[in-house]
Amino acid sequence: MSTTKQSSVTSEPDQRWRRFWSKSTPYWFMSPYILIFGVFGIFPVFFMIFLSFHTWNPVQGLGSMEFVGLENYALGLTDPTLWQTLWNTILMALYSGVPQHLVALPLAFLLVQLGKRARHWLTTAYFLPYVTSTIAISMIFYIMYSRDSGIINQALMGLANWPVTAWAFGWLNHFLPIGWVQENSVIRYSVAFVVFWKYVGFNTVIYTAGLATISDELYEAATMDGASAWQRFRHIALPLLRPFIFFAVTLTIIGNMNLFDEPYVLTRGLQFASTNGMTVSNYLYRVAWEWLDMGGAAAISWILFVVIGIFTGLYFWFFGRRGLGGD
Amino acid sequence: MAIDTFADDWQQTSKADLTRRFMKLLLRAAMWAALLTAVFLTVFPFFWSLLMATHDRSTMFGSGLNLAIGDQLANNYQRLLDAMDFWVGMLNSFSVSVVGTAASLLFCSMCGYALAVFKFRGRNVLFTMMICSMMLPPILTLIPYYMVIDALGLTNTHLAVWLPFSINPFGIFLMRQYVMASVPKDLLEAARLDGANAFRTYWSVALPLLRPGLATLAIVQFVFLWNNFLQPLVVLTSSDKMVITQMLRSVQGVPNTPWGALMLGTFISILPLVSIYMLASRQMIHGLTSGAVKN
Repeated sequence: MSTTKQSSVTSEPDQRWRRFWSKSTPYWFMSPYILIFGVFGIFPVFFMIFLSFHTWNPVQGLGSMEFVGLENYALGLTDPTLWQTLWNTILMALYSGVPQHLVALPLAFLLVQLGKRARHWLTTAYFLPYVTSTIAISMIFYIMYSRDSGIINQALMGLANWPVTAWAFGWLNHFLPIGWVQENSVIRYSVAFVVFWKYVGFNTVIYTAGLATISDELYEAATMDGASAWQRFRHIALPLLRPFIFFAVTLTIIGNMNLFDEPYVLTRGLQFASTNGMTVSNYLYRVAWEWLDMGGAAAISWILFVVIGIFTGLYFWFFGRRGLGGD
Repeated sequence: MAIDTFADDWQQTSKADLTRRFMKLLLRAAMWAALLTAVFLTVFPFFWSLLMATHDRSTMFGSGLNLAIGDQLANNYQRLLDAMDFWVGMLNSFSVSVVGTAASLLFCSMCGYALAVFKFRGRNVLFTMMICSMMLPPILTLIPYYMVIDALGLTNTHLAVWLPFSINPFGIFLMRQYVMASVPKDLLEAARLDGANAFRTYWSVALPLLRPGLATLAIVQFVFLWNNFLQPLVVLTSSDKMVITQMLRSVQGVPNTPWGALMLGTFISILPLVSIYMLASRQMIHGLTSGAVKN
């Protein structure tokens, strides 16, 4: 009797302890996410709401915060530069995004017609820019865009002056040398080309994978019925690729909304052609870290959050259901 | 009569066949021309940066098209070391990428494992939160990111550059999918009955089965951390902490930039990833598009 009592006394906390462990195990496993996301994800959102009603110069520490009410929002909403940079971002997204998919789709269609080995080698080459850093790529393009001695202007000059091609390209002399990164009129195209160049391969791989999901029998049946290559692309591949196109375009839009590195380097740290070459991310950086106006930057972030949210909602509303394949 | 029309028919088709074959050949030639032009345009900038690394300012900015290989490579290397602590930057990038990748492999697999294996209160909330945070554009989180780093006193530390990304929601999602697909529940149950505790079961039963998923995540994470620029730019301020992307960019602004040296540095900085890519392009392409392409 006494022994059983004793054993129950020792086993009860033991059992409770064990139950606690087994109950809490999932949370131990989730703890990295809960902790890090809590600290870097949830807390700052609330702090940023608070901050957007204040002015704060981070260099002077947290004590320098001052309550200013809605002033930051009023300044942000009436700030022409914010809307200009948003417009720049949208235009660069269009200039780089539209050609990206217009090139990647047919390129993928060509690639899947090839043998395995040729396809692999070509894909490897096309994908290479995606692996390299945007900073490295932008630095290289910055050199190639150089006004007086860059390879691009040199090549154009060659075309315009070489007797064989001069008749066709002579008119270029009127514009040369072009300040690809110095002039506001061309900077968006210069940035967009680098972005285009970097991501074509990525999209091509996505589309190649998409095309691989379409069975050969469909193509064969269409060929038997006398469909040309273009018709097979237009009426078989394209409709079946819809979910892939939707996904790839969504990624392009998200990526372009965050565009920072390429314009930052190409405008030489926002010194050249920054009226048309600066994106919202660049501007946010400038307000927060060059002008040290954290409160203003927080308000701008919230304004952007709403604008991007509206656009995202509209995008999914118009394209989401169709893009995902349902009707 | 019948034979006659047959012969006529045959002749006609053969003629049509010939033109069709010719057209096909022409199309094929055009296709290859397009494909190879695209390869040229893709590879050219890399080739160009290497070529520029052999020139100094005078030959680079001399007039005319200069396609010759210069003789300044050794001098440019010296100039590169004068302009920045190049190898310090490389080492910083390397340690940030390695430590950050290792941490994210551990954290993401732990969380993905929990989401896939356990049923617990708050699981759906956590999962939904994770998916939502994936959709948030990073620029909107830049200010709060910096505020927290500043408040924790982590500015100018490498921890600040990798820790927030070690719980990459995409990685957690990926690991969850892998656990559900390739770790049989019976096996976990058997391990539990054999007396292994939960962590032990995860570590020595589940983790080895997750190797392909871990490799994919490692690629994504390493490439991201090595190439990342924005977060280091914001939090790393002293030159002994800066990563290589930041160092290269910072020299762009100085007067009389030694561009040849900078091109050499740029080329060396992309070499690690490019050489891994050369060896394992299939895996890297698969890994880097795994968010987009189900396989």
